[in-house]
Amino acid sequence: MLFKKPQVAFYPFMVLRDDYKCVRCKSCVDQCSFDATYYDEDLNAIMNRHENCVNCKRCEAFCPTDAIKVVKNPSTFHPDANWTPEAIRDVHTQMLTGAVILTSTGNDKPIRNYFDHLLLDACQVTNPPIDPLREPMELKTFIGRKTDKLEFEEDGISIKTKIGKQLELEIPVLFSAMSYGSINLNLQKAMAMAAKEFGTLWNTGEGGLHKSLKPFKDCTIVQVASGRFGVDLEYLETSAAIEIKIGQGAKPGIGGHLPGEKVNEGIAETRMIPVGSDAISPAPHHDIYSIEDLRQLIYALKEATNYEKPVFVKIAAVHNVAAIACGIAHAGADAIAIDGVRGGTGATPKSLRDHVGIPIELAIAAVDDRLRKEGLRNEVSLIAAGGFRSAVDVLKAIALGADAVYVGTVAKIAAGCTQCQQCHTGRCAWGITTNDPKLAKRLNPEIVAENLYNLLRAWAHDIKELLGAMGINAIESIKGNRLRLRSWGLTEQENKILGVLPAGM
Amino acid sequence: MEKKQKKRNLMKVYPIEENCISCRYCEVACTMVHSESKDPVKAYKLEELLPRATVEVKGAVSLSVMCRHCKHPFCFDACISGAIQVDESGKVVLNEEKCVACWNCVLVCPFGAAHPMIKEETRHSFKCDLCAERGFPACVEACPNRALVYENER
Repeated sequence: MLFKKPQVAFYPFMVLRDDYKCVRCKSCVDQCSFDATYYDEDLNAIMNRHENCVNCKRCEAFCPTDAIKVVKNPSTFHPDANWTPEAIRDVHTQMLTGAVILTSTGNDKPIRNYFDHLLLDACQVTNPPIDPLREPMELKTFIGRKTDKLEFEEDGISIKTKIGKQLELEIPVLFSAMSYGSINLNLQKAMAMAAKEFGTLWNTGEGGLHKSLKPFKDCTIVQVASGRFGVDLEYLETSAAIEIKIGQGAKPGIGGHLPGEKVNEGIAETRMIPVGSDAISPAPHHDIYSIEDLRQLIYALKEATNYEKPVFVKIAAVHNVAAIACGIAHAGADAIAIDGVRGGTGATPKSLRDHVGIPIELAIAAVDDRLRKEGLRNEVSLIAAGGFRSAVDVLKAIALGADAVYVGTVAKIAAGCTQCQQCHTGRCAWGITTNDPKLAKRLNPEIVAENLYNLLRAWAHDIKELLGAMGINAIESIKGNRLRLRSWGLTEQENKILGVLPAGM
Repeated sequence: MEKKQKKRNLMKVYPIEENCISCRYCEVACTMVHSESKDPVKAYKLEELLPRATVEVKGAVSLSVMCRHCKHPFCFDACISGAIQVDESGKVVLNEEKCVACWNCVLVCPFGAAHPMIKEETRHSFKCDLCAERGFPACVEACPNRALVYENER
């Protein structure tokens, strides 16, 4: 290609257009935010720069006559199991830029998904299943520290024990931390609206809480991360809970960097930094180098908020996750959020996204086991995150030992995301991970809130059906109940870690 | 003193600029429903029709523009053949058969909502008729981001 490096010609996607069906409305030209489509007046034709196409499918979705299909480039490299097109293109990218390859969303490598290797139980003959449409089913979940034992008054009915602050969820699914900056206000607003309507929580992420979202106080988890963006007393108090972010599944061990050009007035005000300045979250919290330091921060936050807000600690699932989780429980956290290797992000080096961390399924099982052994399980709630795709995944995670589940990617997909992995560019054509006013307005919070509400409703129905088949009428009864799980195609060692029996046993 | 205008009982299409994503669905839907074939591709390619609603884009600002059915329509004053009339509800109606293609309405419309139709022998102006034939404006129905609403005149 003229004036281009030769490697640019090996682009991965192509835009195919049925020229007869194309009415030249130029919708695709306007929708493409990657400069891959343009209108040529002299030829009266819509043309493509395939090398710019990222397969976001925005043009395809918005072609009124269905004239467009984005396809894989049929011209491939020589088939080679080691030198995949991705491996070759990565070398090209790094040799041309001399830089780390940035990417986004979650790990796209075929790391074994243990949820797909777990099967649920059902009742037959000897124990009756329950019909969830006829009988009451309970998905209510309480997040927070539970007491060691209950003491009763002399009447034997009234409870004497004082139970600490509990968060009441109508479904064990919360919206994961996605900061204002990494996503725009419209999606945050949609998540807040859906969470409020359904009775669950959404998480601000590390970018502070925009003033327009303060009315959603009671369904908001505010995050305190290493950059401390937007943190002041009012922020901590405008919440249902506070989350200390130590790490993230898509990039364990590294911080974050929101480039200055993305820091507009709204973001600057919310993050409490100057307009146009880089928002850098350091890799460590500079005041946390031990469990004791973490305890200080947990109690500083509790003290500041008069012990009214549960404090969560979010970590990435790494090799020693069980020991770390125990430390966090000892440090006084009310809930531990663990983000697995498939967790998403708005920007991360590709090598970290794809190769650091462990699958959330194994982490849940390991952490739940360890907390039980140490007699700490009742002291903390366990929230699992990273790659949950469906109600079935949620239920399997709860059966493995989680109390609730964080979903982020699912919320993005409900808002239109096609997982094109371009969040880090800030050019999201679906208006999700961008703050460009032209693109951000593509996301109508009202519509997305309805979609998210529908999704939660559908998942609740799904979970109830599955529970009913198992003869269980409350989500509490499946929590950590690994006897209702069987595995297939896993090794003995994997079964041991997951604490499940193989199918047939 | 001028008498205060009585509020008209007229349903109109209103664009919501903050929601408009400039996808042109309103344009294509408009062209389609006003065609003989009721097919978007044939409407543009065989019947050579053009949309009555047009999306105006400048940077992040975009909105769909169509006839506003003004209280004092300049096009009505300017029409030399009586093709443009205001009906009892206040709707501005253009009778394409009476139109002599003087383009006065095209020139005077402050919104650019009257368009000239020039193809072979056909010469007349055309504009939004609020989808009189189908009862509900196609653009409002087609809009994927709720950027168009069909409401009583504000």
